[in-house]
Order: sequence, then structure tokens, then C-alpha cells
Amino acid sequence: MHSFGYRANAVLTFSVTILALICAIASISDNFNSPSPTATVQILNINRFLRKSNGDDEVGFTLDISADLQSLFTWNTKQVFVFLAAEYSTPKNSLNQVSLWDGIIPAKENAKFSVKIKNKYRFIDQGSNLRGRDFNMTLHWHVMPKTGKMFADKLVLPGFRLPESYR
Amino acid sequence: MDWQGQKVAEQLMQIMLVVFAIAAFITGYIVGSFELMMYVYAGGVVLTILTTIPNWPFFNRHPLKWLDPSEVEKHPKPQVTSSVSKKKTAKK
Repeated sequence: MHSFGYRANAVLTFSVTILALICAIASISDNFNSPSPTATVQILNINRFLRKSNGDDEVGFTLDISADLQSLFTWNTKQVFVFLAAEYSTPKNSLNQVSLWDGIIPAKENAKFSVKIKNKYRFIDQGSNLRGRDFNMTLHWHVMPKTGKMFADKLVLPGFRLPESYR
Repeated sequence: MDWQGQKVAEQLMQIMLVVFAIAAFITGYIVGSFELMMYVYAGGVVLTILTTIPNWPFFNRHPLKWLDPSEVEKHPKPQVTSSVSKKKTAKK
């Protein structure tokens, strides 16, 4: 600590070490948050349901997605990525996941929302298995923190069924 | 900066940074704002820099007391006269 430069070096290195430490503790503090998000999805209309020329089934929805994800936000949360997937099983694949809609929630104030939209990404099956198919709507989310570990979880909304015939 | 001042500066630097880090984390966590934590800590680091880096008079309260130059004349260097005395000085 005999010279100006030596003292400046000591202060800066020690302060950055402690900064890393408080960021790590901030990340650990996220584990004390036990979120209780809620979501409902309604199919307002089936706009189209057809077999494409290559033999794959395609469905077009108008969806009403309402969710309250405010409890996911902590002081260490930068943003939340959320996407809605249709999940169902077919004889060929035990789990099919088709993303229908996604969004980025930048702040807690935007985390309680209700949107009525057509599915953002096309719902196409690998094959012709969608007639009369039971499926789940699953809301997945990834919590992106300012520092530290990312969290991911989902909410399964069961009890959806596609019609028996094309329209 | 004297010896005592260097010790004080190092301890003061460590204590101030740790205390500001704890204060920043607690205020940030209670208010629920990561930004506030960063600002409080940044303020603490700036304050620590201003306190411990410049050579304040505070750090120079224990100057080393060198002997007066006149002492040199009272205790002259032993002169090399023979090999015996040479060994003695080497041992010293």
C-alpha cells in the first residue's frame, strides 16, 4: 500500500471481487421466491382444419390467452420469455410439441395480460393424426435473471380436443 | 504514507467495501431494486477510493524517526586495516 497505483489496484480488485459475491448472493436469493402463476387458454374459433397437399394436418386457431405471471418476477429478474405449446401424443411420437405463440415480458407490470390472437406459428402435425385428437395447451416460461441462474417451468392446461372432421 | 498509515489504509479499504456491499445488498433487497443496489455499491466504491487512495495527512501521523546526521560523526565506520577486522565486519 506504499504507492498511489498499488492502492488503486488493491481497491479495484477487491471491489470487483465483492461485486461478484453480491451478484452471486442475489442469484441465490431467487430460490426463496415460490411463484404461483395462473393461466387460462380458450379456443375461440377453429379458423381452418385441413390436410395439406403433402398429407400433413394443419389447424388454425383464434386463441384467448390470459395469464398472471407477476409472481415470477423478483428483484433479480430481467425479463420472462413465455410460449404456448400444443402437446399431444401420436402412435409414432410419444410427445409432440408445437409452439403456437410466444412473447417476451419485459417487466412485472406487463406480466398480467390477456390476448386474443390467431396462432402466431402454424400448427402442423407430422402426419395426419389431428382429427379427434386430445391435446394439452402448455404454457412454458423461462425466467431470465439479471445475474445468475435461469429458471424454467411450465403450466399444463389439459382437456382440449380437435374436431373429428376437417372443415 | 508511513508504515502505520499503509496498514490503516488497507484495513479501512477492506472494511469500507464490505460494509458498503452489505448495506447495498440489504437496501436493494428490501426496496426490490437491483439498480439501487448497484448505485449504492458504486457510491461506496467511489467513497472508498477517495478515502484510501490519495495520500491524506491522516496517513502520515507516525513518521519514521531517523537518527540525526550528526550521529554519523560520533560513530564513524570501522576502517579496514587488516584481514582480522575484515572478518569481524563481515560477520556483523
